[in-house]
Amino acid sequence: MSLRTPPVSHDAETTDFGGWEMPVEFDSIRTEHEAVRERVGKFDVSHMGEITVSGPDAGRLLQRLTTNDASVLDPGEAQYAAITDERGVMLDDTIVYRLPEEDDETYLFIPNAGHDEEMFDRWVNHREEWELDATVTNRTEEYAMFAIQGPDSPDLLGAQTDVDLPTLSRMEVTSGTVAGVDALVAYTGYTGEQGYEALVPWEEAGTVWDALDCQPCGLGARDTLRMEMGFLLSGQDFDPEEEPRNPFEAGIGFAVELDTEFVGRAALAGVDAEGPEEKFVGVRLEERGVPRHGYEVQNTDGERIGHLTSGTMSPTLGEPIGLGYLPAEYAGEERSVRILIRDEPKKAHTTTPGFLP
Amino acid sequence: MSFEIPDDCRYLESHEWARTENGTVRVGITDFAQDELGDVVFVELPEVGDAVGMEDAFGVIESIKAVSDIYAPVSGTVTAANETLIDEPELVNEDPYGEGWMIEVDPEDESELHVLLTPEEYREQIE
Repeated sequence: MSLRTPPVSHDAETTDFGGWEMPVEFDSIRTEHEAVRERVGKFDVSHMGEITVSGPDAGRLLQRLTTNDASVLDPGEAQYAAITDERGVMLDDTIVYRLPEEDDETYLFIPNAGHDEEMFDRWVNHREEWELDATVTNRTEEYAMFAIQGPDSPDLLGAQTDVDLPTLSRMEVTSGTVAGVDALVAYTGYTGEQGYEALVPWEEAGTVWDALDCQPCGLGARDTLRMEMGFLLSGQDFDPEEEPRNPFEAGIGFAVELDTEFVGRAALAGVDAEGPEEKFVGVRLEERGVPRHGYEVQNTDGERIGHLTSGTMSPTLGEPIGLGYLPAEYAGEERSVRILIRDEPKKAHTTTPGFLP
Repeated sequence: MSFEIPDDCRYLESHEWARTENGTVRVGITDFAQDELGDVVFVELPEVGDAVGMEDAFGVIESIKAVSDIYAPVSGTVTAANETLIDEPELVNEDPYGEGWMIEVDPEDESELHVLLTPEEYREQIE
């Protein structure tokens, strides 16, 4: 099967990510990472899915397939949510936008790379099963998506858009133009910095990309930036096959509204009542080395207690960091653990999954 | 993109270089290899006195995005390891054939050097 390609051809090293051939590194991960933390960088994230849901029952359909309370969204507002199965296991995580200035309720949600077709089918199948009146459209290859992230992003993007960025709050979306091209502009991101995400028509993506005069960044820096914040990566920090986790284990209980009716609610109410047995935690290595996905975590007696799902050398801290699942008693306070790196136990300690001061 | 491939080195297909200086063989990774790896953040090297075997892994190099074994171009005994790389692993990116060297080996059998790739052969491999 051939890889899907983004709308802009980039001069960068690429990788297969969720079935897409995406830029992983333009210059160096460190250079790109620092640009975002200190100034501003742009990412082509057109591999992210876009699915719109409209019609009289659009809100009800979203409410019943996402863990958060979609009914509280006013036009122009967005929320983070998980998509769970009957067992409460996360299939994906997403941002749900209620689009601004629509005559009827229209929602847009953003599945992760390679999940758009599966989520489209899931929405359509449940619409049929529940006999709801909603139009579901997979627009993944109609919208290009660019993230403009970093402390200088308001100036950089502000020079190219008619959207009044200072009046846009976090988790809000509005329509306008970027570089003269019709766009949806949202105050959202995956880096922990102030930043925006812009959705523009696929055919005009090049015009917008070229007009954003700043450091281009690849998926490598996107990954190190999100790891420093302790943000989950779908398919790696949770995955229905390889790493089945519920939202409480994964540390996103804030995105679960048990007062709403959704697939997985009953199972999650049980988890919430008893508390998860394992939790998503951060670890900091005290010795030299680099924590990585899949590495075993041991207690100080050398017994296996869990494993890492992500890890890297933090470019901002210059120190090795990791994320993974450990028994719940290891979350919340700093505990000594060992990380097994090439059969050598290395000293480490747990932290909350967010590493920057 | 054109990568530096010095004429005074021989090469392994796995992107290590070997340079003979006064009877010892200095070893490192090539310009191409450091570029493929990206920002090098950690290097694990053997100790002086350890034995290494031709085409056997003698160490590990980690960049932000990848972990990779490093292979010995010749068999012999390690006579020096570049300890500067412990605190400054980025030297591998900045100067792969100079300050970014990794180990020096007292070779067991110098004829092994002749089976390594010439600069021309290595250039053909990566282009």
